[in-house]
Amino acid sequence: MPLPEITDSFTGSVNRITLGATKENGGTRTNTVTIGGARNVVYGGSFEDASEKPVIAMDVLDTRPRDWPDALVQAYDDVMDSPGDWAKKCVEEFGAELICIKFDGIHPDKDDKDADHAVKVTEEVLKSVGVPLILWGSRNDEKDNQVMPKVSGAAKGEKCLIGTISEINYKSLTAIAMADGHYLISEAPIDINIAKQVNILASDMGFPLERIVTFQATGALGYGIEYAYSIQERQRLAALTGDKMMAMPAICDVGYESWRAKEAKLEDAPGWGSIADRGPMWEATTAVCLLQAGVDIIRMRHPRSVAVVKNFINKVWS
Amino acid sequence: MALTGLEIFKLLPKTNCKKCGKPTCLAFAMALAQKRAKLEECPDVSDEAKEKLSAASAPPMRKVIFGTGDHQVQVGQETVCFRHEEKFHNPAVLGVTVSDKLDAEAMKKRIESINSLQFERIGIKIGVRTITIVNDSGSPELFAKAAEAVKEGSDLAIILVTDLPDAMAAAVTKVKDRIPLIGCATPKNAEAMAKIAAENKCPLIAKAESIEALSELTEKISGSGVEDIVLTIDGESVKDKLYNYSRIRVLSLKKGFRPLGYPTISFVTGSDDDQVALGVSCICKYSGIVIVDTIEPYALLPMLTAVMNIFTDPQKPVQVEPKIYSIGEPDENSPVMFTTNFSLTYYTVESDVEASRIPSYILVVDTEGTSVLTAYSGDKLNEKTVADAMKKYGIESMVKHRKLIIPGYVAVMSGKLEEATNWEIMVGPRECSMLPKYLKEVWN
Repeated sequence: MPLPEITDSFTGSVNRITLGATKENGGTRTNTVTIGGARNVVYGGSFEDASEKPVIAMDVLDTRPRDWPDALVQAYDDVMDSPGDWAKKCVEEFGAELICIKFDGIHPDKDDKDADHAVKVTEEVLKSVGVPLILWGSRNDEKDNQVMPKVSGAAKGEKCLIGTISEINYKSLTAIAMADGHYLISEAPIDINIAKQVNILASDMGFPLERIVTFQATGALGYGIEYAYSIQERQRLAALTGDKMMAMPAICDVGYESWRAKEAKLEDAPGWGSIADRGPMWEATTAVCLLQAGVDIIRMRHPRSVAVVKNFINKVWS
Repeated sequence: MALTGLEIFKLLPKTNCKKCGKPTCLAFAMALAQKRAKLEECPDVSDEAKEKLSAASAPPMRKVIFGTGDHQVQVGQETVCFRHEEKFHNPAVLGVTVSDKLDAEAMKKRIESINSLQFERIGIKIGVRTITIVNDSGSPELFAKAAEAVKEGSDLAIILVTDLPDAMAAAVTKVKDRIPLIGCATPKNAEAMAKIAAENKCPLIAKAESIEALSELTEKISGSGVEDIVLTIDGESVKDKLYNYSRIRVLSLKKGFRPLGYPTISFVTGSDDDQVALGVSCICKYSGIVIVDTIEPYALLPMLTAVMNIFTDPQKPVQVEPKIYSIGEPDENSPVMFTTNFSLTYYTVESDVEASRIPSYILVVDTEGTSVLTAYSGDKLNEKTVADAMKKYGIESMVKHRKLIIPGYVAVMSGKLEEATNWEIMVGPRECSMLPKYLKEVWN
């Protein structure tokens, strides 16, 4: 019996985005990173329909984190007080394709650092590494609105990915990202309608849809990953069937979420294997699982998980 | 592929004889399409029609069962490509290999290690469900001996893997009462392997290098009377395999292509870490059975958790039992807080309370598996449901104080809750990730 043709190919595709500006394009990055572009679901259709290779953005925090588990502290202890050195280590030793500066330290409940601090950190990291940057706020709307526009200005023209904007707080960051030539991350709480709404709001302000990346919120393995998984699959299918408001590449925050899991943190867990192995594998598994649903940038933390996931990506997106 | 009433009508005698109890053949056809009638009720239906109709009513992907008793496993019968369309029906089965080259001592140890790969998550037992004996030695004697050792040492469902019909015949007789899954039938040995499967009434793995070759192979095998088949793709890169498993899924479910309408099995190799990554990819993208070499619990636990998560029913929120949960070893002075019985909400709170290292009680209120805000807006979380739960689970007798920490998102219910319970209400943080800080600063 001859094989039937799989005829139902899709009409739409995920937007293709190039982050980072080199000298020729008015920036100082030594390379750019292109993501998105999928014309089918993951492993659907032919090899040519696949997205660009998904990339890993490694987290660098603006101040030394106080609640990180030992496994992570061990990996970065010597550089945690210097975001520039931290970023350099991630790029040069662990192969980070992007650096995500996470401005936890500006949060009023954490270190309550000011805009000058955040600008200094941004400049340091820009100087120490050549990869494109992600600039991610503290999730305190008021403080982010004070600080992130300054951060944006400090990286003006570098084509960074900056975020996040939400349904209730999008105006100031959208305006400044537009002025400084950056790309935006739109955030929604695992809700496809809200995700669309945020994109519409930014677009109504004149921000080009082709410069948005969506963040649908991430659940770790064992802690709601199935919700994130299905939202990402639905987003991909929406893009493929021509929904322009959902045709953005997707980013997920695997590092933060998976290192909160009990399986990654609990020292004494008989029968679960050593804590040194469990954390990295929880993070790697969360990342690989979400890759199956269709994500383009993965924020990660542990060098070993990054190595596993990169190895996987290289095999499947070669 | 289900037929419509009109398509069925074309296959009926069209005599309107009423012997089936329906006024016309068309009415009978409609009833058949809606599964309100059985074809046997028509005494004059032709054999050709019978065959076509029964083929059309079979599920697009066959269900395959192996193993026995409590350890029987069932794969296949999937109906969708994306879990949100309906759900994935039969959770992927995870298995671990045993080589027949191991000496008796090493084999015994390995079997014991595999047996112990059982875990409990959110009150549900998950674990390795099959043990795969691989004929690395090429010797029928050693393969048969290994099969005996596994039968002796493990209750898990058995898979026998060899390309040599002689070895398979020798091993299968030792374990046939356990209904093993056997393989692999290839284009070269298909006849002999199918014969062994038929004689011993075992399901058979069909292995080929392309899906074209695979579909020819399954036609050959089913033609020789073996209906329970599991598919595997051999000899190509990991990337080829993953794309091919997706094609098989689409061809069987969307195109109703019978020769590929079977569950699939993947054999994953590489370093322990790499096996986890590939294994998870196979679990998500359409392998009904995933076989690994690693016996590291740190590698199996995330894979098994992935199976659990991806195969949950998206229509049904996973719930935890409403009651009082003790975190650490709380005493009569420990803090008390409440949350809802949506498992995701509860486990996030639990994990953050654990992180605080302050022994606490978490009261779980039955909100029919909805999160705090959803339950509050749906009036499933109000002063009455909370007060009732406090009474029902007897929190009063567990602590001396009368202070209740409530989720920051429902701060507005403080007043009414205070009236309803006479407890002092303390408004906790909105995000439970701030709970450790809150407990340290506010409670102590």
